[in-house]
Amino acid sequence: MVVVWINDRLRRIPIWAVYLCGGLYAPYLFWQGATGGLGVEPIRELERALGLFALKLLVAGLAISPARRLAGVNLLRFRRAVGLLAFGYVCVHLLVWLVLDVQSLPLIWADIVKRPYVTIGMAAFVLLIPLAATSNDRSLRRLGPVRWRRLHRLVYPAVLLAGLHYATLVKGLPIQPIAWLAAISFLLMLRLRPFGRPSRV
Amino acid sequence: AGAGLAAMVGPGRAETLEPNSWEEITSYNNFYEFGTGKSDPAENAGALTTRPWTVRIDGMVDRPGDYDFDTIMRKMTMEERIYRFRCVETWSMVVPWNGFELADLLDLAGVQDGARYVAFETLFRPTEMPGQRLPILDWPYVEGLRLDEARHPLTIMATGIYGKPLPNQNGAPLRLVVPWKYGFKSIKSVVRITLTDTQPPTTWNTIGPDEYGFYANVNPNVDHPRWSQATERRIGGGLFSRRKPTLMFNGYEAEVASLYEGMDLKKNY
Repeated sequence: MVVVWINDRLRRIPIWAVYLCGGLYAPYLFWQGATGGLGVEPIRELERALGLFALKLLVAGLAISPARRLAGVNLLRFRRAVGLLAFGYVCVHLLVWLVLDVQSLPLIWADIVKRPYVTIGMAAFVLLIPLAATSNDRSLRRLGPVRWRRLHRLVYPAVLLAGLHYATLVKGLPIQPIAWLAAISFLLMLRLRPFGRPSRV
Repeated sequence: AGAGLAAMVGPGRAETLEPNSWEEITSYNNFYEFGTGKSDPAENAGALTTRPWTVRIDGMVDRPGDYDFDTIMRKMTMEERIYRFRCVETWSMVVPWNGFELADLLDLAGVQDGARYVAFETLFRPTEMPGQRLPILDWPYVEGLRLDEARHPLTIMATGIYGKPLPNQNGAPLRLVVPWKYGFKSIKSVVRITLTDTQPPTTWNTIGPDEYGFYANVNPNVDHPRWSQATERRIGGGLFSRRKPTLMFNGYEAEVASLYEGMDLKKNY
């Protein structure tokens, strides 16, 4: 009953509202950073906040099909918006790192090659590029649903790498990145056949 | 006290050090006893009781015992020291500390001949330090210096900033400040100082020996395994702040380089 009611409400939310609400967070963060709302070291805060939001969106995207399978809540029609927003935040996160934080192309390259957490993050970004590029109806038609779905399984390693990227950049072992990594592992485990029903994921 | 100081603050001789604001110094802190976020210490440290406060000085000293903070304050010569502060995470500040030379405190207890190292310990009081209820670090936080580093005139115990008592989030009521080393060496809210003849364990070195050495001298040529130490960003520059090159020994090379003569700083990081 509740599920039917929830699904009914969800159907009434226009997709553009998801893009709008999700998209507004970035300019809000920039405005906060420029006016002191992010504290005395706004570059690092901005970078972290954008990256963390991208990770949350990726995890949310990963939770959509289990939510329907296990709880009957249907969020499938928002999945493309969530995925594209996630990719957008990854791009802005990357740009802030490049332009505001490191500020030097040779240093950026050195970081990508030398620093495992940067390498891991870049790998996640690269895996997401083909997914963002084929997230339109025309690509879906051209590739056909089977090949398209197979390609989009790249999101699994991408999210795992994103979680690792977060966990390996911090000092010590704070709880938050570990918790995110655990959530990602759980959502990925649901994809393994013995756990899930048929392989319709 | 101020006058003699200008010379000490020196290596920046050419550069005049512009201190960060009170707001910057007291709102952006690493003090995991109050949480791992940069604003956690300012938000959670208010409940810490800092009076009465005693510092136990023991080990290889002539007069071991519990030294009351107010008694120490009466006996020490207070000075202002404007020092660069460089965090291992690559941010930096300039802080106008008030405090006294650690060497004077050590003399109060009388260091015995065989002593070679000084070990420090932070207060352990989970009821007032919420971070200590979690296994983030091996509590209590411990640090250590070689005796010659501890006795160096640049090494101070700070008890204030901008002429005001040290705020709790900055390590009240007294903390170590070793300006040529990464910030984590400058242990906060010290309750125990022990003189020993063996190198004491230090918290970050115990957790990650390949990332945090015992010495932890600021060195732009030796990277942290996960990030470069060549540059730093001074707090307070806003969204478009530029990075600047990190100085050898944080700019105190002329004063302290002789302490490490003949040592391979890549091995002893």
